[in-house]
Amino acid sequence: MSSTFDTIANIIAETCDIPRDSITPDSHAINDLGIDSLDFLDIAFAIDKAFGIKLPLEQWTQEVNDGKATTDQYFVLKNLSARIDELVAAKGA
Amino acid sequence: MRIEYFQLIDRVVELDLAGRKIKSEALVPRESTIFEGHFPGYPLMPGVLLVEAMAQTAGWLVVALNRFERMPFLAAVKEAKLRTFVTPGQRLAIEARLEHDGSGYAVMATKIRAEGKLICDAMLTLRVLDFPNPEMEQEVRDLAARIGLKVEAPADG
Repeated sequence: MSSTFDTIANIIAETCDIPRDSITPDSHAINDLGIDSLDFLDIAFAIDKAFGIKLPLEQWTQEVNDGKATTDQYFVLKNLSARIDELVAAKGA
Repeated sequence: MRIEYFQLIDRVVELDLAGRKIKSEALVPRESTIFEGHFPGYPLMPGVLLVEAMAQTAGWLVVALNRFERMPFLAAVKEAKLRTFVTPGQRLAIEARLEHDGSGYAVMATKIRAEGKLICDAMLTLRVLDFPNPEMEQEVRDLAARIGLKVEAPADG
């Protein structure tokens, strides 16, 4: 998990010009780091490439809009790291 | 090219869904009110319209790949290089290739050539959303027919 977190924290720092030190596993990408939806597309692109996956952003957004999930589940970075690990594992299964 | 109407693509000349790429062509009109301002006595095709021509070509590939299910909107322009001037009467060959098919977005590598020479290139991000209304969907279908974008129905549909 930690290496996944480090990878996405580095991507966020580079893409959004946010100091790497201020990005922690408990950071919420939107609420704490202030990343907007367009910047998040860049981050998603970089994550997709780095891990060889396709983050299901539309599905997540729909679940949040429908009240079936909270943004914390997908956008707090330790949770995002866990989701990425699941997607990577599913790809290799 | 109906430049004042933002219809910058004349014709799709090649569509390769398996290779996820497209080629289109467009003839820059010899006369347009746009050239009266850009620039008086020195008419040049505005660079932003070259970017738009690349975006429209890229967009048609997205439309073709999702078989008119959804519509692309230009979201980001990166690494755009406008390498040389384009003047009235030039014929443009425009290419786009799907670099990445994301969830709700597409990243496209695009370029324009004229007489074989590279004019400009850019990496574009398109958001891919539902059609805002049936009229817009019909408009896109009509325009696709006019420029010769043909997409066969899916085998299972």
